[in-house]
Amino acid sequence: AYKRFSELLPKEERENACSARAPKSQILTLPELRANPFQHRICRVFSTSDSGDDSISFEDFLDMLSVFSDSATSDIKSHYAFRIFDFDDDGTLDRKDLEKLVNCLTGQDEESRLSNAEMEQLIQNILEESDIDKDGTINLSEFQHVVSRSPDFARYGGFQQ
Amino acid sequence: RDCWQADIKYSAGWKQWKRTSSKSWKKVLNEVKELSSYLELWRHDIHSIGGKFGTGIQSYFSFLRFLVLLNFIIFILMFSFVTFPSIISKYGIFNSTIAKIPPENIEPHCTVYKPSDNKGLVYFYTYLKDLLSGTGFLEDTSLFYGYYIIDAPWLSIPRYNLPLAYLLATFAYLGLSLLWIIKRSVEGFKQSLVHDEDQFQSYCNKVFAGWDFCITDPYAARLKHSSLQYELQTDLEEERLKRKIADRTMKDKLRIYSLRIFINIIVIAVLSGCFYSIYRVTVFSQENSNDVSNSNFQANLLVQYLPSMVITLANFIAPQIFSFLIRFEDYLPAFEIRLTLMRCVFVRLANIGVLLFSLWSQISYCATDKCKACGYNYELYPCWESDVGQEMYKLMIFDFIIIVAVTLFVDFPRKLLVTHCSCKPVQWCGLQEFGISDNVLGIIYGQTICWIGTFFSPLLPAIATIKYFIIFYIKKTSLMHTCKPAARPFRASSSNFFFLVVLLIGLVLAFIPLGISIAYIPSSKACGPFRNFNISWAVVPDTILRFPMGLQQVLHGIASEAFAVPFFMVICLIMFYFIALAGAHKRVVEQLREQLVMVRFDPLFCTPKV
Repeated sequence: AYKRFSELLPKEERENACSARAPKSQILTLPELRANPFQHRICRVFSTSDSGDDSISFEDFLDMLSVFSDSATSDIKSHYAFRIFDFDDDGTLDRKDLEKLVNCLTGQDEESRLSNAEMEQLIQNILEESDIDKDGTINLSEFQHVVSRSPDFARYGGFQQ
Repeated sequence: RDCWQADIKYSAGWKQWKRTSSKSWKKVLNEVKELSSYLELWRHDIHSIGGKFGTGIQSYFSFLRFLVLLNFIIFILMFSFVTFPSIISKYGIFNSTIAKIPPENIEPHCTVYKPSDNKGLVYFYTYLKDLLSGTGFLEDTSLFYGYYIIDAPWLSIPRYNLPLAYLLATFAYLGLSLLWIIKRSVEGFKQSLVHDEDQFQSYCNKVFAGWDFCITDPYAARLKHSSLQYELQTDLEEERLKRKIADRTMKDKLRIYSLRIFINIIVIAVLSGCFYSIYRVTVFSQENSNDVSNSNFQANLLVQYLPSMVITLANFIAPQIFSFLIRFEDYLPAFEIRLTLMRCVFVRLANIGVLLFSLWSQISYCATDKCKACGYNYELYPCWESDVGQEMYKLMIFDFIIIVAVTLFVDFPRKLLVTHCSCKPVQWCGLQEFGISDNVLGIIYGQTICWIGTFFSPLLPAIATIKYFIIFYIKKTSLMHTCKPAARPFRASSSNFFFLVVLLIGLVLAFIPLGISIAYIPSSKACGPFRNFNISWAVVPDTILRFPMGLQQVLHGIASEAFAVPFFMVICLIMFYFIALAGAHKRVVEQLREQLVMVRFDPLFCTPKV
């Protein structure tokens, strides 16, 4: 893991890799993240930089790899998945977050998006299935509840080492 | 992260050793699995096809690989038990001799059989004609049933009962195919069952857990995006349609049901038209190819291949008609696809049945008394099993020629046209999509022919193996170079199960003609291993009568009513037990589901951790 991280850094900073930060553009060249529609959110969530430029230090890198590995518990995975899906960082998944999420899943082009009516119907169904307190948003515990009964989450939520 | 660091500090040395040893054990297991997967045939090809075109098309190619292996094993079985002993005894290797038991109680005119040997100077095209239609020089080879006239080759000391071996090898390959297909379909069935039960929160599952984080190739990512979009859109559409159906008035329902009945009548009419035309053409072909006039080579070949051509035409036209008609029946899209596929399957398999039926009606047509003494039309068909074998051989060759011809003369020119000609209608047609269902039905049709034909032509599985082997490469080249990826992704797990179910239907349908040939129609007295028996099945009671008395009594006991009725009752009891168990499990699942719904709204369980 250390080797992979140091490869991302520019040459001058390689000896000091433990304390250096890799810029976001370099992180996005990782093969696992290259094709991932949530790449920006992943960088934002794992980055602990104060300047808001989403750069990743070695510790953040280790964090990311350990959350996506097979040995992470589903609790931790669902916690981080919630943070990744929460596009506006307000601690709940409301309609706008869900809309952005679905658009990420179906593709970035104009023609691959669902129509407005379909989006409404889909969001309605999702909220029906997962919103327990009927407040129109999904909070962390509701999300973890729904995800714990989903068989695909454990299978798909991991990188291959 | 802090939790983990705390964990590591407090674990003792023993636990660490356990953890590292289990990790290295897992590594060793993974490496062994990887090594053994290198031995799989075409592993890399199928993997790359799956990566580029999706799992639906990948499942088609792994199904093709399964059929190649199955046919190869069947060929090994028939060759080692039937063909090999015949060959070594005919050529006198290993000091073997053949015992030809003269037939008793049989009219002499039934045993006259002269395969049309071409002697003297023959034109080159006669050999080509014989190769394509299985007559002439091919008829007397081990390819067809007529070759095996040896009754009992003596291989040094043991006496090898060839007729019994022939019959048992037939049952063995049918049983082996059945077991292997069931084993493969059970795995698929379990998966599809689990998938169907997931109706509870399908939307959340698809949205929150839909993205596979292991995808690294941008092309694969695009495929995944489009498949997710398609899945979500079809689910939403199905929901809308279900609501529409629930809102139907009485008048609407009446209208739709009467329309459906009318369309089903049309479907039955189309099917009867196909069957009748196949019957007429087969009768015509048999009548005209039996006046052997070698003068017009092409016309003769055309007449011989006429049944195959008509069957292929019917197999092509009928599905188009069905997919046109089903639009008016207003079913849910998933049900529409399944119903069309079932109708196409039925057409393809029933066409073979009608062909065989018309052949048999010709063979058993007996006007004179002399003919009735033999039991079959001995003048035209002295060795009728070889003739049936020839028809199956022609069907198989023609099927192969059609697949190659369609790829060469339709797919590649279409691709050339689309890439070089930019006029509107051509671009609107576009590149061809790989039609999974059509291709699968085609190879299942070929496999059913192979199963039926192997009894009459023991080397047919070898031809089938080579044919499917070549078809794999042809289809792969055609896919890579001329097809565009499908706009509608197929769900792989359910389609695997579907292919195997249709294959099973083909196998069960293959049992019927074989059963009738073995147990009902008198075997030909002029050729083949069953000359001395009335029907092919008679060799089994004959062998049993030669067993020691004790064993005979045991076997008689098993076949008698005193054993069969209690056995049947025990089987029924076991079946009722399993049905009751399944019903109980279903009720438990329903109750748990209701409990889950209650839990969702129960304030005790839902204190959100803020």
